Amino acid sequence: MRRTVATLAVNGALLAAAALTLMPLLWMLSASLMPTGEATAIPPRLVPSAPTLDHYRTLFTRLDLGRALLNSAGLATVVTAVALVINSLAGYAFAKLPFRGRDRLFSVLLAALVVPAQVTMLPLFLELKALGLVNSYVAVALPGLASVFGIFLIRQYALGIPDGVLDAARVDGAGELRVYGAVAFRLLGPILVTLAVFTFMGTWNDFMWPLVVLADERRYTLPVALATLAGEHVQDVELMMAGAVVTVLPVLLLFVCLQRYYIAGVMAGGVKE
Amino acid sequence: MTPRGRAGVWFIAPALALIAAFFVVPVLASLVLSFTDFDVYAIARPDRLRGVGLGNYRRLLDDPRFWLAFRNTAYFVLIGGPLSIAVSLGAALLLDARLTRFRAFFRTVLFLPVVTTLVAVAVVWRYLYHPRLGLLNHFLGRLGVDPIDWLGDPLWAMPAIILLAVWKNFGFNMVVFLAGLQSIPARLYEAARLDGAGAWREFQSITLPLLRPTLVFVTVITGIGYFQLFAEPYVMTQGGPAGATLSIGLLMYEEGFRWWNMGYGAAVAFVLFAVILALTLLQLTWRGRKLTGGSTMAEAVRGDRR
Repeated sequence: MRRTVATLAVNGALLAAAALTLMPLLWMLSASLMPTGEATAIPPRLVPSAPTLDHYRTLFTRLDLGRALLNSAGLATVVTAVALVINSLAGYAFAKLPFRGRDRLFSVLLAALVVPAQVTMLPLFLELKALGLVNSYVAVALPGLASVFGIFLIRQYALGIPDGVLDAARVDGAGELRVYGAVAFRLLGPILVTLAVFTFMGTWNDFMWPLVVLADERRYTLPVALATLAGEHVQDVELMMAGAVVTVLPVLLLFVCLQRYYIAGVMAGGVKE
Repeated sequence: MTPRGRAGVWFIAPALALIAAFFVVPVLASLVLSFTDFDVYAIARPDRLRGVGLGNYRRLLDDPRFWLAFRNTAYFVLIGGPLSIAVSLGAALLLDARLTRFRAFFRTVLFLPVVTTLVAVAVVWRYLYHPRLGLLNHFLGRLGVDPIDWLGDPLWAMPAIILLAVWKNFGFNMVVFLAGLQSIPARLYEAARLDGAGAWREFQSITLPLLRPTLVFVTVITGIGYFQLFAEPYVMTQGGPAGATLSIGLLMYEEGFRWWNMGYGAAVAFVLFAVILALTLLQLTWRGRKLTGGSTMAEAVRGDRR
């Protein structure tokens, strides 16, 4: 009897927490499907009276949000692909290819994690301006290609690769690049997926840097385009909710499909003595 | 050097070059910049640039807007941080309880806000917070609470931003706590139960002490993140009303990129950095560990699970 009450209490509390957590997201979805004006009705409606895709149509035709969607998707994909190669090469070397001063160098790199991004932003802007890159996709991508956290993630995982496997490939006459490409890269599979998910989401969700470095509206990423729209269309609640759905849905789906890898990354970043 | 070591240097080179060019150089340049009067005129004519020594920092200390931003940011970190961590810990304890059903499902749902785009959910919350038409006041009204002008009242604007931040972020620390909880050996709890310890006693004498390293890590990471508050006030309040949500991050953005006072903006950014660094070191000392140069963060972020 007491056990039943406790079970109900624990699961009831979780259910309530889950409902509260989901509420803003469900309302966003619901409001995006409401006819104009319904989301601001009194008393508030939770479910659309007659669901419509009109606002999505407006976003992709009149407001050209599809362009921002393509910008975000393209940028996130390219940054992820390049970052995977660059960070896995470095992380693997930090774990498996010893040279003098390597471990000290790694410690110094880790110390960089306390420096907030804002510190680099002003000079980074001037630097890219001097290179003639301001207001280009390249400028958005460059700072995210190499990441200390990414290198750290790969290194910790690569430490677990047995040297024997690598040596076997070396005995067969493979050079180091081949050992990495043909053997290590495959063994790093799961952590590479983790890093890919992190990088993709990080690039997709980033706001401050693209806001700073992009001037041309046609190059805006989704978050920047959405923030701009939200300033111009404060009254169009349903339209803005549709914009929020378009921005959030791709990363939510990506997370739900690959959450095992994502959670593994969060845990690797944190715990355990 | 061995051939293997030589390969290692080449493997690290691309990452290192990028980090040097787009991280190390900007950090150093930022320090230099903060000692100059770099402004909108200097962008067109860099030769006009003058060193001003500690001038920007001195000006900062006399700037009421800086102190306002500092107080607001401290408010956000000191109230929002512990609140976030408490909610994360509570959720993790619930998820970890023996009686919990559908654990994976609940974990996924509670984690969802973490991966959402901040700008998008800030836009959503702006409407939830609407004083007359928003869902939040509607529900509170049913409980007999008078309408609150969440984002328009200087008293409520920061609490509103904290609430959004807690909702958005608690899932991350929840998962970190969950891993910490699962690493506590079950036999400790069994022994405690044999001794007749209740749930609260178990939590106090087993869970909390053994969770301490996790707690320190979570506190450091949350502190670092929360000090950089920017996008929430940028999208929801533009720092208002009456400067009630102006954060240090937002002040830096406004000085640097709106008014192009880049020298002054860099000084603001460096003060932010100094505060974060001081706090991190303080928290790591509290953990009772010797701090040696670069290994500081290595200790904090160490994730070697083997």
